Amino acid sequence: MGLLKTNANIAGPDEFYSELIAAHEGLTKAQSDALNARLILLLANHIGDRAVLSEALKAASIRHSS
Amino acid sequence: MGKLFETPLYPYRRSSDQDAHAPVRHAVVVVGAGPVGLAVAVDLALQGVEVVVLDENDKVSWGSRAICFAKRPLEILDRLGCALPMVERGVKWNLGKVFFDDRQIYEFNLLAEKGHRHPAFINLQQYYFETDLVSRLRELQAEGKPIDLRGCSKVLSVEQDADKATIQVDTPEGPYTIEADWLIACDGAGSPVRKMLGLDFVGRIFEDNFLIADVVMEAEFPTERWFWFDPPFNRGQSALLHKQPDNVWRIDFQLGWDIDREEELKPENIDKRLRAMLGADISYQLEWSSIYTFQCRRMEKFHEGRVIFAGDAAHQVSPFGARGANSGIQDADNLAWKLKLIIDGKAPASLLETYDSERIYGADENILNSSRSTDFITPKSDMSRVFRDAVLELAEHYEGMRPMVNSGRLSVPCTYDGSPLNGADCDKMPARTRPGSPVVDLPVGNRFLLNLLGSEFYLLTIDAEAPAALDVEGVSVKRIALNTADEAEDYLQQRYLGDASSAVYLIRPDQHVVARWEHFAENDVRKALLKAIGR
Ligand SMILES: Cc1cc2nc3c(=O)[nH]c(=O)nc-3n(C[C@H](O)[C@H](O)[C@H](O)COP(=O)(O)OP(=O)(O)OC[C@H]3O[C@@H](n4cnc5c(N)ncnc54)[C@H](O)[C@@H]3O)c2cc1C
Repeated sequence: MGLLKTNANIAGPDEFYSELIAAHEGLTKAQSDALNARLILLLANHIGDRAVLSEALKAASIRHSS
Repeated sequence: MGKLFETPLYPYRRSSDQDAHAPVRHAVVVVGAGPVGLAVAVDLALQGVEVVVLDENDKVSWGSRAICFAKRPLEILDRLGCALPMVERGVKWNLGKVFFDDRQIYEFNLLAEKGHRHPAFINLQQYYFETDLVSRLRELQAEGKPIDLRGCSKVLSVEQDADKATIQVDTPEGPYTIEADWLIACDGAGSPVRKMLGLDFVGRIFEDNFLIADVVMEAEFPTERWFWFDPPFNRGQSALLHKQPDNVWRIDFQLGWDIDREEELKPENIDKRLRAMLGADISYQLEWSSIYTFQCRRMEKFHEGRVIFAGDAAHQVSPFGARGANSGIQDADNLAWKLKLIIDGKAPASLLETYDSERIYGADENILNSSRSTDFITPKSDMSRVFRDAVLELAEHYEGMRPMVNSGRLSVPCTYDGSPLNGADCDKMPARTRPGSPVVDLPVGNRFLLNLLGSEFYLLTIDAEAPAALDVEGVSVKRIALNTADEAEDYLQQRYLGDASSAVYLIRPDQHVVARWEHFAENDVRKALLKAIGR
């Protein structure tokens, strides 16, 4: 553990966030799902490191206790 | 002339066993003359073990079924003496094309590595494969080898006690009983023998149907493998086109789960599909068609007392990746030498435990690979389809995404990492020839390394000294001496030496590496050999 950067790492977080949301504007749910999937795959390929990817999958799977 | 697979190849003949007063005892009885039963029988007979093969019919496989045979099985069949006719007849292919929706998204070239006797793959109808094995069996018979193939001999029951199996065989002239020190069940996925012994067969059933049509076309399609994801002519499903010898094309349509089998198999409905796929004006002849659904599963253990299971009887995979017959041949390869040593009293019967462990390792690898292909080809959830389609769309534009496209991972040989039979390793040497791996072929003069290996233990020395032969408690080891100075290319360095200046490899009769050292030391070799035969 500890390979995945979870500290603030994007310069200009607001700009990135609006760019991400803007990319989905006008898309149907299916188109948005497809875009998300392509994005995840491209980013995963960029990262490449299997250990980091596994950590990210774990980190993303937050289960909320109710 | 009828089709090859409609012609009796080993018609029923009365055996003297049927006139004996008491059941005749055989060293080995093989049930099933499919690719695996024939291979293991030929292997045993070559090594002088007496073997009787029983099959309920007298013909080769009905229709082509398996069409894609990989390099490792061809190497094994070369050791058995029948790979050449297969390779000569087989279709060699390198180019694959992948289609998604209405367009080609990319093509790939398998670009086989140089310096091997056999191609990475050939396409060949299963009935040719079996015919060549039967011809080899006939040759061995003519040489006086102790092998018998009995057609129309259906096994009705199998019972066993501590030292034998008792087999009841039905024939057109009525039933008779024989006994066997060892019974090898190669009776296919439905294995009646497995059921007779009440053994399990568990795994995952895939809810899907595939229509296979083998058609003869005069049209000049290129010798390539074409795979379609979600094409307009088979919406939401997949399709495959692959060439076999004699202008026969394998066409495979995924149908989905909820279908009417009889409707789908009507020639007029197959015709509609073919024309939608290949063009309205094609002319063809339908050679064989069938609908199958498949499962990925295996037995918990591959032997039970005197009964040993091999091939589809022991494990089943989806056809994606062509692993069924290919892995069954590797079962035969793994089993024959072990059984030979046990029968000769040179290895303990417990050596069979390693047939289980090594081939279960192989089966699990195949099941994992073919399940993954299946999940990619037929996504099981909405999100899995979203990702699958995303991979395909990206693959069209970015080469880097293509390795994720999975239309079947072609069968590669199994490396028995962690096998209890493996001995010392030398970390200066290349990973691909580590203990447990099959020997990697290379040219030696105008021959190939694998041609120098028979069905015994070998000591392969590279720029190293060693005696010409060794005897380790009755097991003989022959030396094969190679020198880098004799080579024009540097295959020995790449495939065997790595950073070592010399090498000594101990090789099993199935051509898997036992152990390797930089220099020869008799004690090391003795120790490794005894370990490799379970002593
Ligand atoms: C559509 C399709 C495509 C395939 N493609 C490939 C491929 O490309 N590559 C690949 O490697 N594999 C492929 N396979 C798998 C391959 O066909 C099988 O894995 C292979 O035939 C298994 O060989 P086997 O000898 O274990 O069993 P089988 O070939 O099934 O032989 C079993 C034999 O046992 C006999 N038998 C059964 N019961 C009895 C009894 N009671 N008494 C006596 N005899 C009996 C039968 O008559 C039969 O001859 C494919 C399969 C299918 C269906």
